[in-house]
Amino acid sequence: MNKIREKKQLSETVFLMRVEAPLIARERKAGQFIILQLCEDFGERIPLTIADADPAAGTITLIFQAVGKTTKKLALMNAGEKIAALVGPLGTPTHIENFGTVVCVGGGIGVAPLHPIAQAMKAAGNKVIIIMGARNRELLILENEMRAIADELIICTDDGSVGRKCLVTEPLKELCEQDPKPDLAVAIGPPVMMKFCAETTRPYSVPTQVSLNTIMVDGTGMCGGCRVTVGDETKFVCVDGPEFDGHLVDFDNMINRLSSYKKQEAHSCKIGLEGDSQ
Amino acid sequence: MTHLSPEQLAQAAIRTLEKTSETLTPKERMAIPAQEMPTQDPAERRSNMNEVALGYSPEQARAEALRCLQCKTAPCIAGCPVGIDIPGFIQAIADGDNKKAIDIIKIDSLLPAVCGRVCPQETQCQAPCTVGKVLKSVDKAVNIGRLERYVADWERENRLIEIPAIKPDTGKKVGIIGTGPAGLTVAADIRREGHDVTLFEAFHKPGGVMVYGIPEFRLPKAIVQQEIDALTAMGCELKTNFVIGRTRKIQDLLDEDGFDALFIGTGAGLPRFMNIEGENLVGVYSANEYLTRSNLMRAYDKQRADTPIFDSEKVAVLGGGNVAMDAARTAVRLGAKEVHLIYRRTEVEMPARVEEVHHAKEEGVIFHMLENPKRILSDEKGWVNGIECLRYELGEPDDSGRRRPIAIEGSEFEIDLDTVIVAIGNDSNPLIRQTTPGLETNKWGNIVADENGKSSIDRIYAGGDIVLGAATVILAMGEGRKAAAAMNEMLANI
Repeated sequence: MNKIREKKQLSETVFLMRVEAPLIARERKAGQFIILQLCEDFGERIPLTIADADPAAGTITLIFQAVGKTTKKLALMNAGEKIAALVGPLGTPTHIENFGTVVCVGGGIGVAPLHPIAQAMKAAGNKVIIIMGARNRELLILENEMRAIADELIICTDDGSVGRKCLVTEPLKELCEQDPKPDLAVAIGPPVMMKFCAETTRPYSVPTQVSLNTIMVDGTGMCGGCRVTVGDETKFVCVDGPEFDGHLVDFDNMINRLSSYKKQEAHSCKIGLEGDSQ
Repeated sequence: MTHLSPEQLAQAAIRTLEKTSETLTPKERMAIPAQEMPTQDPAERRSNMNEVALGYSPEQARAEALRCLQCKTAPCIAGCPVGIDIPGFIQAIADGDNKKAIDIIKIDSLLPAVCGRVCPQETQCQAPCTVGKVLKSVDKAVNIGRLERYVADWERENRLIEIPAIKPDTGKKVGIIGTGPAGLTVAADIRREGHDVTLFEAFHKPGGVMVYGIPEFRLPKAIVQQEIDALTAMGCELKTNFVIGRTRKIQDLLDEDGFDALFIGTGAGLPRFMNIEGENLVGVYSANEYLTRSNLMRAYDKQRADTPIFDSEKVAVLGGGNVAMDAARTAVRLGAKEVHLIYRRTEVEMPARVEEVHHAKEEGVIFHMLENPKRILSDEKGWVNGIECLRYELGEPDDSGRRRPIAIEGSEFEIDLDTVIVAIGNDSNPLIRQTTPGLETNKWGNIVADENGKSSIDRIYAGGDIVLGAATVILAMGEGRKAAAAMNEMLANI
């Protein structure tokens, strides 16, 4: 179990791994995630979304950006090596039904968790419009996979190197202004992007689902490290989520909580990867 | 109180033993001073995670054992949730037969090294002790817990732990969900009958609260691991990183995976918050998170662990139970300059063990009694920078028999802080009840089980905190033993 079957580099810092995990592959549903550990004694537990799964082959697909100590170490692993611990599937699956027209907005690495949801939305009979955003052409991932699902695909880059030169909120606003407007928006990406997607759809009352990527430890509801304020309530992202009504999430608080360990993380990234500086 | 070194205490015990005659009258027994537990020097232990209580020397154990009056009525046994033959094992220690002592304990208790350390003996076995009654203080009762720990440690350190005999294979298969004290107890009892046992654990390490909750300085993890090793040596299979309800559902284990019976011992691991303003600011932790980071993820070992923990200067811990003491004392060891413990009643009502409260004070934790937070204060970045509290007074006794704390209006005051740890209790984790249709739970979310631990679903049993609500290690074990007996009987008849 947990053997890496395949590794692909999708962009400068984004990697795809297909990992043996037959139990997780069998049970997982769109929207769920795993917790991964590279060493059971001293490794940290990090959450990663299940981007795809093949129950017949007994594998799940993980897509991650090498941004911190653990993801950088993971990026250095190769096919044939084993990940020390994988636990899942965790979280409440996405609520999938035929809503009508669903606009799926993915920012950066957020396209990876968006992929299984877009897939399931399409399978449920929805018209699926996909907006993908990245800083530039090199950072754009899963374009072909998303094109295969989408009834309409809109690509945005910050520098205009491919698609439209704009933020994802611009085409999202245009869609909201159309008649009929979308029945549902699903936005996954950096917290700031999700916040502004929610602000974009709010005046048009287009229901907007976001998938929150908070700090987690156990991922099973026993610590509350991942808690967020949704409406007037405190929710645990790992069990109540990761998906919530974007119009009710307190994004500013969530963004603050994500910065809790900025100092330690900056330090540990340096000490963790001396051999990785080439 | 002055701190006596382990050597000084051992010497004192030797002098005591030299003065005692072969045959002691009850009066002479009660004249033997209660043996103090040797501990690490408070100044030193504030900066390490090593166990604080060091355990009795052989002489201290013998001197303490001689204090037992061997009462015919043995009120202590009734005070022990699993009914250990306490005078029996203490007599064996007094006779110098440690092997016999541990064998007597093991008839009823499977985790003596753990229970001897973490049981609240002052409210259990030691509360009704005749010696304590005659000397008019439970502090002067025979130190049963320390003696239990002494023989369990003696057995382990001398590598004398024996793997229990296993009956021939029955071909029946039992799943144990959760590897805390309840699950481990049930696993051993069922395996002994020759049934196949698989333990499922959501975390990457087994042991439940003994591993993620109770810190190393109170319960060394090597002792817990020893218990797990004994179970695997007995042939129990352990599956870690396996979340029942998510990785596999209860009903699938019964219907598809061939399990004949299941025991649910998933504990009470859902942290309660106070629902006050500022509770989601950066720097506010549940005690579960703080302790999990430190204990299970070893964040205290900053050089080696990848898991970070907040660098706190001034910490407030909210609550008065053992979890609050553990969190406060962990914060001290992680380098906090000030640790405030805030509790809305008085020290008398504190559910924490007296010994832990004493240790926390020795280590410099600042106790605030009859105070309670009103809101947590924030700086301009959304990080904690203080707490606003109210002073309280005690009113009439409430349903729990404790005097109800009443806020004094207008008594607001502030404490400067950068970290708040909420330790006001836990509820049961909802995962299994949410994913198991037909499993009856009560209004607190605890699984409803009969006196034998049987749930509303056939072949599914439950015990420990998931049934009782947050309780103690020994109660979880006691529940587990009853459930295991019922399960063994049920399995014999199918």
